[in-house]
Amino acid sequence: MKATTNAHCSTPPQALNSAALADPMMPSVARVVQVEKETHDTFTLSLAAHNGGTLPSFAPGQFSMLYAFGVGELPISISGDPEDSGKLVYTVRSVGQATHALVTRKPGDPVCLRGPFGTGWPMTEARGKDVLVVAGGIGLAPLRPAIYHILRHRGDYGRLMILYGARSPRDMLYRKQLSAWAYLPDTQILTTVDYGGLSWRGYVGVVTTLFRYVRLQPDRTVALICGPEIMMRYVVRELELRGMSSSETYLSMERNMKCGVGLCGHCQLGPHFICKDGPVFPLSRLQRWIGKYEL
Amino acid sequence: MNKESFLEILKEHPFTKDLSPEHQAKLAELAHETRFEREQIIFHESDASQFFYLILKGKVALEVMAPGRALRIQTLTDGEEFSWSSLLPSTRKFFQARALTSVRALVFDAAQLRASCDQDCSFGYAFISRLLAVVAGRLQATRLRLLDMYGVQERTTHEGDD
Repeated sequence: MKATTNAHCSTPPQALNSAALADPMMPSVARVVQVEKETHDTFTLSLAAHNGGTLPSFAPGQFSMLYAFGVGELPISISGDPEDSGKLVYTVRSVGQATHALVTRKPGDPVCLRGPFGTGWPMTEARGKDVLVVAGGIGLAPLRPAIYHILRHRGDYGRLMILYGARSPRDMLYRKQLSAWAYLPDTQILTTVDYGGLSWRGYVGVVTTLFRYVRLQPDRTVALICGPEIMMRYVVRELELRGMSSSETYLSMERNMKCGVGLCGHCQLGPHFICKDGPVFPLSRLQRWIGKYEL
Repeated sequence: MNKESFLEILKEHPFTKDLSPEHQAKLAELAHETRFEREQIIFHESDASQFFYLILKGKVALEVMAPGRALRIQTLTDGEEFSWSSLLPSTRKFFQARALTSVRALVFDAAQLRASCDQDCSFGYAFISRLLAVVAGRLQATRLRLLDMYGVQERTTHEGDD
């Protein structure tokens, strides 16, 4: 199953539980162990295996299909540490019935999941290089596993630069973690908001304005980008101006993912199925397709 | 600081480093150094727009005050410029500027700058071209923010399709 392999990542291939291996459309049951409020509308759910079972491992950048009983199934990127095998962590923004049903689950409640699916961030290719992470809004969530991976294997990577833009300070994810990471060696964290109150001491402006504070060495940098697609397009433009190669620039794409394995066609983008061929793509594979109306 | 020091600064500042030596020298003649303390209001909304600033060190916030609401809408730091509207005659400030840290800047009297642009069209074109690039960048950033990219109507990687 394509969704269980990851050519980009050093993390071992998925050890999916038997139900998922047998049929990627068959959900398995997990239990909520923790629900953490990140912002006014965004929550992080930690799931553990049900009745002594095992959870599948995952590669940074992959997603699962989470099913809230009787409401609906959603593609949600995994936002936890890939080397913490005891749980799967998802950061979910409550924007509709199914996401609301997920974030209002209580510890002990069951949630069904399928996957993990899709490709991951290029953690193997990025070894020995600087890593530039550019995130917008909730797009930081699928990048967090890549950050965990780099921090766990710090000697394998060069400088880590994280540029994060959010709508306002109250919409920023993982603020305590970002503050703590900023003190780590060879790590630069820059955050900005579209607007802030007078108590906000950080930057105000779009995320692309942060590039002026980064010393980018394009020939030895891999860029990982996730956020609203229009933000990613402007970020790509800034990276191109700074000499970044399209083969070293990776984007996590979002479309209407349903089956997770490239069968239903809902998430097609040009010749690609986002769920199976992505969601992480090198820019060089997407350039013809992003920004096209109705694709 | 003397004019020679200002010239050296202008050779390095991102806004002026690509100007010709003659134009840099002309600007150095008009420059003065200024400093602001942390939390000092540099100008208030509705103040006359009299000065143009190049930030050498520090962080400046542009803010807008509304009844019951105060918003910080932009921050500017080392190597950036602010108060570009002073290059337009007879304008007033739409925003308030506050020093978020101690700030060191070069300040230019806008009337003198405008007069220099009028008297020396080559200088005026070079200066206004740089200013236009600044204004275009701010306009693009404003348009991006108008899209409210991170708002709930946007479906990002996690919002699913419910």
